[in-house]
Amino acid sequence: MIVAERKPIEEILGQVKQVRSVLVLGCNECVTVCEAGGKKEVGVLASALRMLFLQQGREVNVGERTLERQCDTEYLEEIRDMIDAFDAVVSLACGVGIQFTAERYPSKAVYPGVNTCFMGAALERGVWSERCQGCGSCILAATGAVCPITRCAKRLLNGPCGGSTAGKCEISKDVECAWQLIIDRLKALGRLEDYERLSPIKDWSTDRAGGPRKIIREDLRS
Amino acid sequence: MSPKTPSKLEKILRAGHRAVTSECGPPRGSDPAHIVHKAQLIQRHVDAINITDNQTSVCRLCSLAACIRLKLMGLEPVLQMVVRDRNRIALQSDILGAASFDIHNLLCLSGDHQRFGDNAQGQNVFDLDSMQLLQTVRRMRDEGKFLGGDPVQRPPAMFVGAAANPFADPFEIRVPRLAKKVAAGAEFIQTQCIYNLERFEKWMELVRDRGLHEKVFILAGVTPFKSAGMARYMKSKVPGMDVPDEVVKRMAGTPKDKQAEEGITICVETIQRLKAVEGVAGFHIMAIEWEERVPEIVERAGLFPRPTV
Repeated sequence: MIVAERKPIEEILGQVKQVRSVLVLGCNECVTVCEAGGKKEVGVLASALRMLFLQQGREVNVGERTLERQCDTEYLEEIRDMIDAFDAVVSLACGVGIQFTAERYPSKAVYPGVNTCFMGAALERGVWSERCQGCGSCILAATGAVCPITRCAKRLLNGPCGGSTAGKCEISKDVECAWQLIIDRLKALGRLEDYERLSPIKDWSTDRAGGPRKIIREDLRS
Repeated sequence: MSPKTPSKLEKILRAGHRAVTSECGPPRGSDPAHIVHKAQLIQRHVDAINITDNQTSVCRLCSLAACIRLKLMGLEPVLQMVVRDRNRIALQSDILGAASFDIHNLLCLSGDHQRFGDNAQGQNVFDLDSMQLLQTVRRMRDEGKFLGGDPVQRPPAMFVGAAANPFADPFEIRVPRLAKKVAAGAEFIQTQCIYNLERFEKWMELVRDRGLHEKVFILAGVTPFKSAGMARYMKSKVPGMDVPDEVVKRMAGTPKDKQAEEGITICVETIQRLKAVEGVAGFHIMAIEWEERVPEIVERAGLFPRPTV
């Protein structure tokens, strides 16, 4: 899933200091699972904003709504009838949902209520860890299903570097060395000899480096 | 095998001499006197001088410019090049720039992560890794081609090296990793600083088992301790460094005013012992901001005078 973190309330307040009405808009997908922007967080943020506006002596109408998805125009249509009641939207969706909401409602100011961080998974409750950078050309078959592009601080395709110590990365004892994980996996699979295959120079044009990406599936287009 | 490049370092190694290299870190400013002075301290005692490339990610005068300084002094530089800061366009371009000044030695490295340096908030590049940089320069030299496939006019005539750390983890892939670097095109290796001689000798044994010592020249890396504090720091704070307790104890057990001497002596003893190890083709003396002591280490280790080729 896409993992996000709640922005500090002071930062959100700074964004909406001019508005007379604001809709706090949550999303039922990834940000609900990572507890940064679902219905519960919408309620918490809306209440906090109401209290702070009251303390500031400002009359601001704070609305609440959580959509099934903000990355889907169909669900975004559900707020068409209510959106005119608000000057602005604080979206608690990921960066995709925030931008998609703004694209759907061009006359409304849309502000981010979260920092979108990475594609990852929960290691345990309250702990999320990155697993994929969406490079557009998956190499996991060669690396025992451990991604060095994501998990090696130097994204080395032929690692580990000389800084790998006791299974940890040189940048921090709290970070696992991706190449230690790869080697452990290859060993467990009886494929350690694969380690000696040189990973070819990567074509990064399918990555961010190639410019904004788009996928067109002709078979699905109507 | 006859030399493939005009590199003096290559000639010395192929002639069967033990090579001696050292390294200088460029200044944190634009005064060339700094690098000239450091080089003058060691020029008669080493065959080639590495110039580090923004080591530990601390921003300094660039390695290429400092290497050109050495060339202007008639010395033999080894251009260190890390893949942290430049993409494949800049790397190939700098290789050509170096070749245009007849810099004949290149050491291909990953580079320390930027979080160790003075620009921890910066982006890193890592378009290629160190092995892919080896492949890139060998392709430019041997096939006369850029990565993109176009021909290179006057291909770079560079003797190509890489680093090896026999002490990093996991140990079981340390030799396979060297084999990979050799397969990628490394012709010489400079190792991480050696303090754990048993572990290094074990690594060399595995290197010989695979015959890698006959495919690549291995220069054993040594760094003299200036003090017990430095020994402790290297042991606990430097990633991938293996300093055995007894070495730290030996430094700590020496009176403070004699610790520098003891550090030099340990370094000389290390070289003496490693001279007997089959497959060690020379030594890389990394005297960090202590270049003035390199001549003494070389002389006491019986590596002076240097051969002429």
